[in-house]
Amino acid sequence: MSREHAHPARTAWLVVAGLVAFMLLLAGCGSSDSGSSTSSNELQKLGKGEGQVNLISWAGYVEPEWTKPFEKESGCKVNDKVAGTSDEMVQLMRTGQYDGVSASGNATARLVDGGDVSPVNVSLVPNYKTIFSDLKNQPYNTFEGVHYGIPHGRGANLLMWNPENVKPAPDSWDVILDPKKAAKYSGKISAYDDPIYIADAAVYLKYHQPDLKIESPYELNEEQFEAAVTLLEEQRPYVGEYWSDAAKQISAFAGGDSEVGTTWQYQYFALKGEGKPVAASPASQGFLPKEGATGWSDTWMISSKAQHPNCMYMWMNYIVSPKANAEVAEYFGEAPAQSLACAQTVDKEFCSKYHAEEPEFWKRVYYWETPLADCGNGSSDCKDYNDWVKAWTSIKG
Amino acid sequence: MRLSKRSTRLLRIGIGIGLAFIYIPLIVVGIYAFNASAILEWPPPGLTLDWFPKAIENEAAREAFVTSIKAGLAATAIAIVLGTLASLAVARYRFFGRETISFLVILPIALPGIVTGVAFSNTFTQVLGIDLSLFTVIVGHATFCIVVVYNNVVARLRRISGSFEEASADLGAHTWQTFRWVTLPSLQTALVAGGLLAFALSFDEIIVTNFTIGAGEQTLPIWIFSNLFRPNQLPLVNVVAVIVIVISIIPVYFAHRLTREEDGPVAGKGGRGGSRGKRIEAEATAVP
Amino acid sequence: MSRRLASFFHGRPRLQVGALLAGPMGWLAIGYLGSLAVLLIAAFWSVDPLSGEIVHNLGLENFETLVNEPVYRHIIQRTVVVAALVTVTDAVLAFPIAFYMAKVATRRGKAILVVAVLLPLWSSYLVKVYAWRTMLSAGGVINWALAPLGLHGPGFGVTAVWLVMSYLWLPYMVLPIYAGLERIPNSLISASEDLGASPFTTFRRVILPLSFPAVVAGSIFTFALTLGDYITPKLVSNDQFIGNVISTNISSDLPFASALALVPIVVMVAYLLVARKLGAFEHV
Repeated sequence: MSREHAHPARTAWLVVAGLVAFMLLLAGCGSSDSGSSTSSNELQKLGKGEGQVNLISWAGYVEPEWTKPFEKESGCKVNDKVAGTSDEMVQLMRTGQYDGVSASGNATARLVDGGDVSPVNVSLVPNYKTIFSDLKNQPYNTFEGVHYGIPHGRGANLLMWNPENVKPAPDSWDVILDPKKAAKYSGKISAYDDPIYIADAAVYLKYHQPDLKIESPYELNEEQFEAAVTLLEEQRPYVGEYWSDAAKQISAFAGGDSEVGTTWQYQYFALKGEGKPVAASPASQGFLPKEGATGWSDTWMISSKAQHPNCMYMWMNYIVSPKANAEVAEYFGEAPAQSLACAQTVDKEFCSKYHAEEPEFWKRVYYWETPLADCGNGSSDCKDYNDWVKAWTSIKG
Repeated sequence: MRLSKRSTRLLRIGIGIGLAFIYIPLIVVGIYAFNASAILEWPPPGLTLDWFPKAIENEAAREAFVTSIKAGLAATAIAIVLGTLASLAVARYRFFGRETISFLVILPIALPGIVTGVAFSNTFTQVLGIDLSLFTVIVGHATFCIVVVYNNVVARLRRISGSFEEASADLGAHTWQTFRWVTLPSLQTALVAGGLLAFALSFDEIIVTNFTIGAGEQTLPIWIFSNLFRPNQLPLVNVVAVIVIVISIIPVYFAHRLTREEDGPVAGKGGRGGSRGKRIEAEATAVP
Repeated sequence: MSRRLASFFHGRPRLQVGALLAGPMGWLAIGYLGSLAVLLIAAFWSVDPLSGEIVHNLGLENFETLVNEPVYRHIIQRTVVVAALVTVTDAVLAFPIAFYMAKVATRRGKAILVVAVLLPLWSSYLVKVYAWRTMLSAGGVINWALAPLGLHGPGFGVTAVWLVMSYLWLPYMVLPIYAGLERIPNSLISASEDLGASPFTTFRRVILPLSFPAVVAGSIFTFALTLGDYITPKLVSNDQFIGNVISTNISSDLPFASALALVPIVVMVAYLLVARKLGAFEHV
């Protein structure tokens, strides 16, 4: 190989530059087409299973105990991706690689508006008939009269603490949100790592600062929002850990890094199962501190780009069937969506403990919702989700 | 090289600290592989061998392992081809923009993984409209593996003067034959060293993979990532990690022996001669 | 057939170079750079907050936010400072190891050390970080070991991130320095000693300058890998690094995430240019 001078190959580089510019053009055209308007591509008839179904879910929602029987029955292999926050779920759904998701209220509106999910034809889901009526036609699963999902179950975010080190047993969120009380457990507080946590501060303020006139913790005007953000900024120095994956929080409580904080029933039962010292607001208090709590009511939604829609419908019907819904509710520790599941739970008192049949109880639980500029009461100066995300970054610093 | 006793001792202490730093966490991983409880805490409440058979039986883990190997081999193959082509051009010719190539080649590794991952994911799904799958993963991996092969081959080509190739041409061989019978054999060990490092990079990659993999597939790091979030599976992850480390002693040692054998015929006494072999191995770890 | 092809290329060096570079350049320049460009152009767009639709109106709002909001400055600063600290730490830790491997170790010792240093590269990054997480936790090894001395470990936080990153990237620094030191002929060092220099002076005036380009080469990896990482900060600290904010915003505000992504890109390009000036891209 000679080391001769090759003439300047400028043309070659020009060609490359041209191709890159062409790609940019493609991209410019490409992106504007994505996120197409919500078409009514609802499945009309259930066909044969496609052999697999790809799900996105919260930790503890898709476990072998009930997926294995489903796989046998339907022939659909279940692939599940666990996500820690609604943001992750939305991002994953946008890739179009999944068939369905167990979405909370702070994801459903975004998914519908982004065209990432299709309406659900509830006539193809026989078990839907016996779902609790106060879960049907809700603003987080029904949009402009169209059903977009099948309710899975609901629960409230829990206040959990280590009774050996946290005394007396707290009955209010002030143990982690009132700066004077939070200072006592500085470095041991565990908070949820997601902008939606601002709503927890709003719930607290609704009770303790009524002059702010907060109605819904997800519809906050400038003044209310600032108050909530300030509260969380004051909490920041005392927070030991912001968690978004359940195992991380479990190991934090087990290892003594966290002693009090917001959690889900899943972690609480996992720690109890390992014999770790944990306590949460008791059933007698309705598992709720006195201010009430944020919570979630989850909905199974089907992707608009689902490659295995029949399997997805079969899954949705299966997971709200009495036995399966009872299993997942008891495993996770949430109230089942299926009214007939109450007869199937191992613990016969389960449904009453979890207030599954008491619509009144859920009035003190503020299901996760997507913050919108539209306050719902005529004014449109509420903070939208983008504001929440930016504020959350500032709070964490 | 001779050093004073004091210097040697200080050096040995330095290495001791360094190696301890490197290996203590790995030992902790090893201990957790035998942890009796599913929750990670210290000290572990008890030791058990139970997790090992569970890990080996775990179908998802096995499939993920195989997928990782497939992706690694494919990405390494592509990286070897592209890296060699680029390095041949750079080391043996002069042309406009030659210096930029070293720059370009190192970019995929120098820029944050999340940027590369999202860029590729975006291009695949939005611009090209193709589904994410093992193929897209391989494309992503190959991109940042090119630099590793490129470095080694360029280093080797610069050391071996082009006169061998000119001699071959003088003797009547054409381009192809020269490449096959003269250039390629001298590149062998550089390719092996580069290929091995490229494979290691691909095998352990998580960030770019996260953005470019399809829903139904898992590489080993993806499997580990998803199981770090499931408390019951955590001990399995440690076991798998231990198994991978133990298995990888073989290829690493093998590669080292291979590159070291160059020492044989050219080793002389003392510094210069012996250092030729060391140099060849040193290339394996050089940067352009 | 191959003979015909070869004679076609013979005497046409431009074509030879073109043929050699078509593959790699197509892949890297068009495929990779093109993808990057497509992503980064989004930095000039904005997003409709509800639907997530990207609005293709060119503007500089994202950059304004980055400059005006102090939190982003702090995050960028934090990331760059930690990256620099990690680089320096690794250079200091790696040098003795690399020196011993290159100049002092016997043939066998060298083999063992090379394997010993390379092996951790084969253990999963995630597993290593999680191991550090458990080591650093309140009830973990570090506190347990330091307790008898009345001390306690750093716990989670920026210090932990620095520690863990230094740990993770150490092999990437050892190998280039080892390669660089090998290239220094022993005769130079002997000559320095013959001329009466103390070992320290020899180190300072002969070895260090000659191996500096290799240190810079290694630093490219330690700096770049720290700059972009978001998994480690998430697992062992509450502090946000550039990668964390990019990852938080990727789904809700891709244009903003792209704008933020430009920061490490610009930093790395600048770093690479400086590294090239310092000789990191040269070979002996």
